[in-house]
Amino acid sequence: MIEWIVSACILTGAALMFLAALGIFRLPDLPTRMHASTKAGALGTSLIMIGVAFAFMDVAVTARVVAVVTFIMLTAPVAAHVIGRAGYFVGVPLWEGTVKDVLRDKYDPKTHHVESGLEEVEGPPKPITYGMAECPVLQERDEFEPKKSDPGG
Amino acid sequence: MIGFLWNLLLALAWATLSGNFSGPSFLFGFVLGYGLLALLERELPILHGYSRRLPRFIMFLGFFIKELVKANFKVAFDVATPLWYMKPGVIALPITAETDVEITILANFISLTPGTLILDVSSDRRVLFIHAMFLYDEDEVIAELQEIERRVLEILR
Repeated sequence: MIEWIVSACILTGAALMFLAALGIFRLPDLPTRMHASTKAGALGTSLIMIGVAFAFMDVAVTARVVAVVTFIMLTAPVAAHVIGRAGYFVGVPLWEGTVKDVLRDKYDPKTHHVESGLEEVEGPPKPITYGMAECPVLQERDEFEPKKSDPGG
Repeated sequence: MIGFLWNLLLALAWATLSGNFSGPSFLFGFVLGYGLLALLERELPILHGYSRRLPRFIMFLGFFIKELVKANFKVAFDVATPLWYMKPGVIALPITAETDVEITILANFISLTPGTLILDVSSDRRVLFIHAMFLYDEDEVIAELQEIERRVLEILR
């Protein structure tokens, strides 16, 4: 019984990784390639690791499997985002079948400022909260920001 | 998050005190700790809402794995067949997540579902720009993503 679960997990995982590789080879542009490589790759690796956990049935191995899966799930999307974003803003052309692109004219390559397109609808932006807004040290530092010197002096 | 750490600590304490470091013993300690924290959360503001958040998190994991597998099959089908069924495009998703942590976790989960890739967040943090692979119906894609956002924020807040 266990052998069947192990085989199913590892074979599905390997098939997914193969599809990910095929996706990199076949898909037409950078963002779609990132879709194939990271997600199918992440799920494929996770499935293989789960198969390994079932094969060994050991607490130490299972703990490591959980750690591996967690870290892959945490890091794979970040890597995909960084590569995709860099490629997009450097100007790598999108596939001609792309039906919509709302970001291109909202990005300013000089200042790296990205408009949301909601400025007029919802009024001025909310104050940015960093999760530490209540921290008194940070608030004090804001008050003592150096003032700009006069243009003449 | 702090509640979960306390729960792990209590489970570890149970495993240590009973001198039995096996998986089931740890799990039993975790369940006992969960019951204890559920009783304590009314007294301690730092634990507030923990007993409701853990079942929601497990429900979310189930929902997320279902979405992950479903969408993986969709992408795999498109890669494996010779014709392209995809309609890629970049869309804007208005978000209600505000802090750095919320936006990061939300973006990570959205990026993990195949067919959606985060490209950027607008400088005023109100909109996520997403590269979607199957953009047949934009409203439907946005509704699905907002469902993920609602569930993620339910756990974090």
